[in-house]
Parts: sequence; structure tokens; C-alpha cells
Amino acid sequence: MAFINLKKKEVQVKIVYYGPGRGGKTTNLEYIYQKLSRRIKTEMVAIKTHGDRTLFFDFFPFEMGKIKGYDIKIQLYTVPGQVKYNATRKLVLRGVDGVVFVGDSAVVRREKAILSLENLKENLATYNKDIFQVPLVLQYNKRDLAEQGIPILPIETMEQDLNSELKVPFFEASALVGNGVIPTFKKITAMTIASLEKELK
Amino acid sequence: MSYTLQQNHLDGIENILKDQLPQVGIHCVLFIDMAGNIIAEYEAENTKHDIPALAALSAANFGAVNALAKMIGEEDFSVLFNKGERENIHFSKVLDEFLLVCIFDNEVSLGLLRLKIAKAIGKITEILKS
Repeated sequence: MAFINLKKKEVQVKIVYYGPGRGGKTTNLEYIYQKLSRRIKTEMVAIKTHGDRTLFFDFFPFEMGKIKGYDIKIQLYTVPGQVKYNATRKLVLRGVDGVVFVGDSAVVRREKAILSLENLKENLATYNKDIFQVPLVLQYNKRDLAEQGIPILPIETMEQDLNSELKVPFFEASALVGNGVIPTFKKITAMTIASLEKELK
Repeated sequence: MSYTLQQNHLDGIENILKDQLPQVGIHCVLFIDMAGNIIAEYEAENTKHDIPALAALSAANFGAVNALAKMIGEEDFSVLFNKGERENIHFSKVLDEFLLVCIFDNEVSLGLLRLKIAKAIGKITEILKS
């Protein structure tokens, strides 16, 4: 839930990267952090397992500039994608203002993406948030796998699987090399801010 | 969805953070919400913490401990205290949505600190309900 500080004329917004394990959520954040590092004053926080998997979340804050006279501060988080970490995943979603769902394009990961999106819907509902109301962008990641001969799902299939009802903006991406990462980030930021604009007087 | 606190509320909370808690030796204090947003902060001149990261980790940590509380049949643990060799962190829940995070060294009397924090929470609660 965004916090509007009328005294400082500042808005704090929380955007969460959600999706199945090993789908590229952390890679998205790492790429954004690296690209924007000159504008980020602090280190990226990462709570990982010994095996370098996200245990709780990755996090960094980013100052976007002014909109309607308000300084916009974006806080970017990832969740742990592994199924067993649902309790911590739910905690990170608390107060979320915008979500990027990072789905893996690999054919073998198809079911995991569908289940993870369903899990997002359920977890949002525990905070009385409707997946159809929350600013949401889908990212079909790892499109580059095809170049390595790994079968990937056609975009039409991913759209059918994940976006046939939601009908939200989607982006193709290869987060490892940065393709599609910044457009996804720009879109979710714009949508999240737009959802608050009525309240910024 | 968002929420707003009026300038007089924020002024009141900031005054409590900066006037009352440092008196007992707290050198960094944050008032945050459970999403990790920073509502008010005070930091002594000679300290320099990464405040956004502290807020994010505090909210997450408190959330995790509360989930644990529920698993063992408690509603919540309203106070958390982490003791280090030199520095300590004290977390207290304020109403259901907010958290007061105080950082202090070992020279601070814990009894006095708890008393001051309880008083501060009472005043902050009054402000938030007004």
C-alpha cells in the first residue's frame, strides 16, 4: 500500500517481481540495479540460501523523480519462487502496489508458471487484493533459450496460458542479457503510478 | 490503494522520534509500516545506516516472526529484541500496521529504554487515532 507523505511531498511505492523458481526475477532486479546504479545510493539487499537461491527477497530502492510535484520512491522486491517458500512469499506481498510476473518460456516449465500465477492470485486475495485490479505486467522470460536448442513456448501459448483472462501488458525478455527488462520495469512503474494519480493532488 | 498521513501527524511523530527517544541513547529510530515504507526517521549525526534497507528488512523480519507466532498459537509477538556485541535493535508493533525500530548501543539501560519506548508508542498511537 503506497504511502503518501504530504509533509515531504513524497510517495513510496512497492513493486514486487513474482513468478516460479529459477524464472529470472533476481536477474531482472540485478540488471535494473546495474543499469541504474548511478541513481541508486545503496547496496542491493539479497537474502539467499547457501545455494544462491532467493530465500526471502531481493530489494533495492530507486528514486524516480517528480510526478505532480511529488518525489516518487520505488521499492523493488523479488519473492522466493520455490513452492516451499509460500509463507515468506506472502509476507513480501504485503502492501504491494504493482506486480511483475516473470514466467519462464521453457516448455518444461510451463506448468510451474501457470501454478505460480494461480498462487499469486491466492496470495493477493489474502490481503483482499484482486489480481484483476492490481497493476500487473507479465514478462515471458528466457526467450534466448531457443538459441541454445532448448524448446520454448510460442508467445501465443504463453498468452493463452497466463493472460487470456487478465489481458494485461506483456513483454518478451531475456533477462540474462537485459532484453525486455527495462521496458517491463518502465511499464509496471507507469501503471503503478497511474493507479495512484487520483490521490496525488 | 494508498494511505496518507497529514502534516500535523507526521510532525508529531517526528518530534517524538527526535526529542524523546534519543534522550535515552537511541541513535537511530525508524517509524515504518508493515510494507516497509518509511514514515518517519531520526538518525544521530555520527551514524549512517542504510535506512531503506533497514526498513525493508525490519518489516520482513517482523512479518516472519509474527507468522511463527501464529504457528504456535500466539496472535503475535508485539516486541522483538535482537542483541549484538555492540549494537542492538528493538522492534515494537504500533497498532496493527506500524513498527517502531530503535537501534542503540550497550551503554543504554534496557529498562529505561523499554519505558521510554512504551511512552513513545502511547503518544504515537494517540496521534494516529486523532
